[in-house]
Amino acid sequence: MRTITYREALREAMREEMLRDERVIVIGEDIDGYGGTYAVTKGLADEFGRERVRDTPLAEEVIVGAAVGAAMAGMRPVAELMTMNFSLLASDQIVNTAAKVRYMFGGQTHVPMVIRMPAGGGAQRGAQHSQTLESWYAHIPGLKVVMPATPYDAKGMLKAAIRDEDPVLLIEHELLYGIKGEVPDEGVDFTVPLNRGEVRREGRDVSLITFSRCVHLCMQAAEELAKEGIEAEVVDMRCIRPIDLDLALDSVKKTNRAVVVEEGWKYYGTGQGFAALIYEYGFDDLDAPIQHVTGVDVPAPYAKNLEKAAFPVRNDIIDAVKRIVPQRVAR
Amino acid sequence: MRRQDDERMRFARLDARRITLDLQADDLLRAYRNMLRARLVDERLAELRAQGYAAGGASCRGHEAAQVGCVEPLNVGLDYILPYYRDLAALLAIGMPPEAIFLNQLSRATDPISGGRMRPAQWNSRALRVVSASGLVATQTLHAAGIAFAAKLRHENAVAVTFFGEGATSEGDFHEALNFAGLHHLPVIFVCENNGIALSTPQSAQMSVAHVADRAAGYGMPGVIVDGSDVLAVIGAAREAFMRARSGLGPTLLEVIVPRLGPAGSMPDPHDPVEQLRVYLISRGDLSPEADAQMRADLAAGLDAALKAALAAPLPDPATVGEHLFAPDSASPSPTNPADGGKER
Repeated sequence: MRTITYREALREAMREEMLRDERVIVIGEDIDGYGGTYAVTKGLADEFGRERVRDTPLAEEVIVGAAVGAAMAGMRPVAELMTMNFSLLASDQIVNTAAKVRYMFGGQTHVPMVIRMPAGGGAQRGAQHSQTLESWYAHIPGLKVVMPATPYDAKGMLKAAIRDEDPVLLIEHELLYGIKGEVPDEGVDFTVPLNRGEVRREGRDVSLITFSRCVHLCMQAAEELAKEGIEAEVVDMRCIRPIDLDLALDSVKKTNRAVVVEEGWKYYGTGQGFAALIYEYGFDDLDAPIQHVTGVDVPAPYAKNLEKAAFPVRNDIIDAVKRIVPQRVAR
Repeated sequence: MRRQDDERMRFARLDARRITLDLQADDLLRAYRNMLRARLVDERLAELRAQGYAAGGASCRGHEAAQVGCVEPLNVGLDYILPYYRDLAALLAIGMPPEAIFLNQLSRATDPISGGRMRPAQWNSRALRVVSASGLVATQTLHAAGIAFAAKLRHENAVAVTFFGEGATSEGDFHEALNFAGLHHLPVIFVCENNGIALSTPQSAQMSVAHVADRAAGYGMPGVIVDGSDVLAVIGAAREAFMRARSGLGPTLLEVIVPRLGPAGSMPDPHDPVEQLRVYLISRGDLSPEADAQMRADLAAGLDAALKAALAAPLPDPATVGEHLFAPDSASPSPTNPADGGKER
């Protein structure tokens, strides 16, 4: 094992899959000359040529639509959208075509493609560039939606997504590109399944049910809580859909308390979905109401201090835990 | 007298075209049979709708020559076709059996297009390389560009031909697809079947240019206008577009002007492409009135039998509602949705 960044992990995943399978192509805006907005695709065009690594016009609908067409014709496209916010311009292709083709045509045509896109706030990108909209897509039958939190998962899940027979949305967090983590050596083949979460930290007192960048916030909160004698379990639900509900339920069975933590907005979102399923299937295991830590219900503000106020921080998680973990547990 | 002169001129033009295109009597009779069969299938689909058997679907009436002509150069099994909801005649001409059309219209379990999962007139066939995902106007133009891009990457020499009405050219998808295809010289043919009215909106309320083909200039590709009631003219234009695509010269925007005909059962319309070809073939002795009547009777008998069989076929089993969402081996622990591969808790 060596230590690489999340960005490098994603690049390695694409590179290895392109070496392994000539059907794999990469398509997106500024992915060649610029190496991608977050430099994830840097060097791929030089290595694999400008046909397989295709810069496109500034046109999201054709990035996804052409990738859908290429996938239906037998290729394995990886489409990069500059940010998830721009995926709205391509959402008709994602929702009405990619998600539905296999079902609509009784299984005879399918769309094996990946759409990679960064989401999330915290870098002063403002209201229209800081959104986390995974629940919009996770709502749609026929789509797989995953959000890796570590370099290991970023590489393993992207490789699994490229090999998957159906459309996968891999949502990155723009503040994670620079984080480092242990990843097997280049060329060591591994994948991370697209339907399993992972317990990042064991604990007996409360389950922190979370995903993406908030996994790291929860880890920090858990360390702080441990100093006060509260042992929090951090459950990384990296697969938004299909959801690894058993993992969350098993954790709640042990801790009897849950705090759902996410960066996105509260209403009708991913966290409410998690909470509803835990109530529906794990009601008898709960000793307290599920708490929900979310972003504030406003478009992301620009000013640094306003933005900080709009997204969850470590102490929000600690406060939520203390609302439902009785003091007698702490010692 | 004037009318007869017009007709003589038309016949002379057709004579010249069939020589240029090197089309024999058999070729013309095959085109006529394809057009006539589409007309007869279309009439049966209209009857089914009128009888309340099937919701949805649009007529190809008047579009037969445009569609049969456009797929004449198509290499079935190699080239891709991305139709829109009027392209019944194109589908039948490349080998989609009428049985499949009926089973799909009636959403039967044995519907080879979708297994009863897709509304009529959005046909799909892996074997025939028919890719239709478009109940949404113009989205197929993007897929055609992507398929052509894939074909070019693989040096497959396949062409993607996609069809749409003139209203579709107002969509953003159309612009993005043509821009991308023009930029990369992709082997794709964009066929606009222009009947002048999008649902209720006339072309003059749809665009500020006189012709859809005028739009091609903005994408660096030729825009060609052809009379869609004349199957030979369409074949000629389509062959040129396929030749351009196959030889690496890039896409073509082909605007086929199609007539809007009255409803089935009304008086013969002089613009009716099926009627025009019939009159010509009879005048040249390629087809006798008796052989024409026999062809109609044979086609009708075959279609009626196919329709009867389709009506007798079973509906899909409701227990299969969750099938075909993901690949069969796609594991999922989702408890709430058996369709995701999970099981009820």
